Amino acid sequence: MAGANHLVRFENVGMRYGDEPEVLRDITFHLGPGSYHFLTGPSGAGKTSLLRLMYLAHQPSRGSVSIFNHDVASTPRDELPDLRRRIGVVFQNFRLLDHLSALDNVALPLRIAGARRDTIQEHVAELLTWVGLGEYLDAQPRTLSDGEKQRVAIARAVISRPRLLLADEPTGSVDGEQGSRILHLFEELNKIGTTVVLATHDRTIIERYKHPVLHIEQGTLSVRRNVAKGGK
Amino acid sequence: MFARCVDLAPGWDGASRFLPWIIALMVYLSGLALSATMVLEQIIDRWRAGLQGSITVVVDPFVGSADAQTDARVEAALSVILATPGVLSATPMAKADVAGLVEPWLGKDLLSMDLPIPRLIDVALNRNGDADLAGLAERLGTAVPGSRIEDHKVWLQKVLRLARTSELIAILIVVLIALAAAATVVFATRTGLAVQRDVIEVLHLIGARDAYIARQFQGKAVFPALWGGTIGLLLAGITVAVLWLLARDLEGSLLPTVRLHPPFLAGLAALPLAGAAIASITARVTVMRFLARML
Repeated sequence: MAGANHLVRFENVGMRYGDEPEVLRDITFHLGPGSYHFLTGPSGAGKTSLLRLMYLAHQPSRGSVSIFNHDVASTPRDELPDLRRRIGVVFQNFRLLDHLSALDNVALPLRIAGARRDTIQEHVAELLTWVGLGEYLDAQPRTLSDGEKQRVAIARAVISRPRLLLADEPTGSVDGEQGSRILHLFEELNKIGTTVVLATHDRTIIERYKHPVLHIEQGTLSVRRNVAKGGK
Repeated sequence: MFARCVDLAPGWDGASRFLPWIIALMVYLSGLALSATMVLEQIIDRWRAGLQGSITVVVDPFVGSADAQTDARVEAALSVILATPGVLSATPMAKADVAGLVEPWLGKDLLSMDLPIPRLIDVALNRNGDADLAGLAERLGTAVPGSRIEDHKVWLQKVLRLARTSELIAILIVVLIALAAAATVVFATRTGLAVQRDVIEVLHLIGARDAYIARQFQGKAVFPALWGGTIGLLLAGITVAVLWLLARDLEGSLLPTVRLHPPFLAGLAALPLAGAAIASITARVTVMRFLARML
């Protein structure tokens, strides 16, 4: 397995915050290109910590984390932004920049990557329209509902066509119809090769799709096959 | 050059509100220091040109001696001076002319007061500097007791030393203010980093390089610094102009006609840019050091 082409590879990873006890222990799993996994587990089990390791917000306290075949610990710090640009993240609490419009929030990854202004305008407006926010391009996050903020956050995560999409409860604040549209978007991105990890508590979503499940409990991880009850 | 500052939330940079004023003060004092240095240089050049290659021999009259006796001693001194190799000419000043030199301090009736006015002999030396002044002093001391040499070089060197010290003090003051400005930028930037930590983390996680984030803070520091620097330069210009007008009206002024040389003007114009550069570099270093602690 070690020499295989994995998008994400965790080997005996442990993680702690400061001097606290480990919140993740002996985590080992591999995600191949174009795979789709659900990440489940009770609150406080370590889902967000695992995602933080995957989107390069935190270093493991032991073991090795490899993203896009780059060992994070040995990758020079100035190369990490290039890796991060290939990762789209939907944060649980959205983490939108409140002083920016919805359009500017979504445009951020493109602007940081140095995309042309007219390209940014065109793509961002199109995507926001697709997620049902075409009339809110200039709206600031504080004027939007939680569901609308979540859609802005999702648009920001996918605007740069990431190779790895990490979503922390992406449908938690939207209604059923919007939730289905978002899940459909993730499915379409996955079909064109994006690796998706979707953290959710929602059993109905997990049961609707037959993607494997990364289940985390008390800091340890198990990979489970998922037998879909309906839908896909 | 600078990225638009849109990614950082507005209204966080209260700590930097003093920055324009500190930079204005820095540029103001730098402008005055630069102007003073320029004037000093021109004064010294004029004095140096006027005094180089000349000395003055002073013949002090003995108390109670008649003018004729003093005149004779002046003649004796002249003989010794003119016999010295390297001396081009020696011209004794009339007693009335010497009295005229001290008239502003002692009044017009000096001659009638019968005060012992020293006699002065203006001696021109050749430009090679090979005149034996030590030998001349010794011979004068023997032939004309009560006479001495006033070598302008010594006096000029003292003035030069004073001028250079003044310049150093001016530079030191400017450096201290620059350090204060840099400290203000560090403080304001650190406050901004603390307030904007969440925004910075989002930018970081989206893939922003440290330099991209640093440029945003640089933009926040540079524009207030440029604004403050321009104000400081304006005030320095007004102050210098007023002082120049006052100095021009002085009768028999020591100040030469000040010429505004292009390098001086360029130096003045560059002061606000220097202030902005200090602010920009300090903000960048502060942010980069902060970000280096993040993954």
